[in-house]
Amino acid sequence: MSDNIANERKFTIARAMAESIQQEMQADERVFVMGEDIGALGGVFGNTRGLLDEFGKTRIRDTPISETAFISAAVGAAQDGMRPVVELMFADFFGVCFDAIYNLMAKNTYFSGGGVNVPMVLMTSTGGGYSDAGQHSQCLYGSFAHLPGMKVVSPSNAYDAKGLMTAAMRDDSPVVYMYHKGLQGMGWLGTEAGAQVNTPEESYQVEIGKAKVVREGTDVTLVGLAMGVHNCLKAADILAKQGVSAEVIDLVSLVPLDRETVINSVAKTGRLIVVDEDYQSYGVSGEIIATVTEHDISKLKTSPKRVAYPDVPIPYARNMEQFCLPNPNKIVAAYTSMN
Amino acid sequence: MEPTKDQTLWMYQKMVTSRRFEEIIEKIYLEGKTPAFNMANGPIPGEMHLSNGQEPVAVGVCAHLNADDVVTATHRPHHQAIAKGVDLKKMAAEIFGKKTGFSGGRGGHMHIFDPDVNFACSGIIAQGCGPACGAALSRQMQGKPGVAISFLGEGAVNQGAFHEAMNLAGVWNLPVVFVIEDNAWGISVSKEDSTAVARNDVRAAAYGMPGFYIENNDPYAIFDIAGEAIKRARDGKGPTLIEIETYRLAGHFMGDAEGYRPEGEKDALFKKDPIPRMRSRIIADGVATDEDLDAIERKAQSQVDEAIAFARESDLAPDTDALTSVFAA
Repeated sequence: MSDNIANERKFTIARAMAESIQQEMQADERVFVMGEDIGALGGVFGNTRGLLDEFGKTRIRDTPISETAFISAAVGAAQDGMRPVVELMFADFFGVCFDAIYNLMAKNTYFSGGGVNVPMVLMTSTGGGYSDAGQHSQCLYGSFAHLPGMKVVSPSNAYDAKGLMTAAMRDDSPVVYMYHKGLQGMGWLGTEAGAQVNTPEESYQVEIGKAKVVREGTDVTLVGLAMGVHNCLKAADILAKQGVSAEVIDLVSLVPLDRETVINSVAKTGRLIVVDEDYQSYGVSGEIIATVTEHDISKLKTSPKRVAYPDVPIPYARNMEQFCLPNPNKIVAAYTSMN
Repeated sequence: MEPTKDQTLWMYQKMVTSRRFEEIIEKIYLEGKTPAFNMANGPIPGEMHLSNGQEPVAVGVCAHLNADDVVTATHRPHHQAIAKGVDLKKMAAEIFGKKTGFSGGRGGHMHIFDPDVNFACSGIIAQGCGPACGAALSRQMQGKPGVAISFLGEGAVNQGAFHEAMNLAGVWNLPVVFVIEDNAWGISVSKEDSTAVARNDVRAAAYGMPGFYIENNDPYAIFDIAGEAIKRARDGKGPTLIEIETYRLAGHFMGDAEGYRPEGEKDALFKKDPIPRMRSRIIADGVATDEDLDAIERKAQSQVDEAIAFARESDLAPDTDALTSVFAA
């Protein structure tokens, strides 16, 4: 493949998601999409762009602002043989419809002893950094991952975004697909350039439940997901200049969680920093640290650290929000503060 | 119910104040966002939902309210806030994320709280319906006067929260009025494509309350119907649902390309801009002269300029303020 062609496939996450859905809809007529503004608008965050033209209103269904109704309708349709993809525009909006998600979508397989499957994908946007304040900027990874019965994934780049979406649509269990607005490639949100990577045209899957070592190192393990991965990689660059070799793990999936990859890395480096844009307490960062310490605390040369969002609602003012968000310098400072 | 001369001129002044305020906000919002539009940049970052075109709803309803009455507003709150009498300087400062804003920059334009006039708004659809019922219940239980107004968009009527609140208001005979601003669009989805009935006033029947639909974005008709509804609520005769045809002259948020609108729709809406229409009617009715209205416009402009200058000149809160105010002091 020439460089020229490779460059043409350097996709945004939005485009990668749309292409994955498009290909799966071509291959499997049971797949359809429901959500607010996913038709003519192509999704507020661009992840269904072009699909209405190809598949029409029957399979690309703009919904009323009725999340309880259409998410629980997706549960019913999934149980009846369809494979719906539904969008909750902002993860923050889960408050109006969580019953459909955690009491129906996530539990019906268990309640039926496997007699009923709920093969659906709930895609939802996460993250802040652009002053959208406290009802439009949350990550809530821990809130979703805490509750049993749904897989939870969050891509950090377009390659994974496409493969994870395909895997999610083919999974017989419900998958919550959390995409970070700051990685999405929508110009009006600004975008993390590192999220745009070469994305193969053919359909492929990225395994749900498998973390990735995205940078190898020997002195410290930096664990993150979504935007956190990019913060970790930037921190690793800074640390490298200081002679510190950081290994970076992209969790990719929260449920199932690939504990082994984290444990193996910390066994090598002896130091652990977890980066999470979700609230610090009772969340991903605590779970990762517990995973390592429960397994073999003697592998740690020093206490682990976390760089997470403080336990406060997300403020609107830019200076206050940026003060709260994880960033590469905070990660470097966390390393520096280690014994 | 017809507005007196004072009420008429008050409504006109508030409509103009809201419009002038948003014209300046719109201009400043684009500072730092050109040539590449990135929502995170400029003195006013984040989402910006303008209410221009919808001013008649706010003034026709709020003309009947006192500071004691409660308003819960939407993510598109400026016109409602101004008509309810919020402190314009503090609201402007909040939109700029400054320390002198209502919350010191924690909330921003979708989260404006002015307890002095019992105004609040929030960012999630139909979220104000329940709190409006609660405020009305509180007045009822305490035997205190006052009504609550829940503003919502026509897209919000398909949320469960709206229906649950409507029933609560009906079954408890609460002094609350639900006011639906029907601007025909829920972001990109038309009312026709999202709502099973053409007019939501019919839904009132399901909750045992009267329902009204007001056409043509007419501040006089809104004043009339809202006045009757608010009087009924004050007299202990229970809730009312009012849906009002209005116009969203801007996109859902600034930066919305509005490709979903039929060709020519915007031009047609601008031809029906309610502010020049009201001005013409005031003159035709002989209620005021051009000179009177020019004076009102100048006054509105100077209030807006003063508020914006206050916001510009105010300091940002220290970064660490992000960590305070989580719990009651």
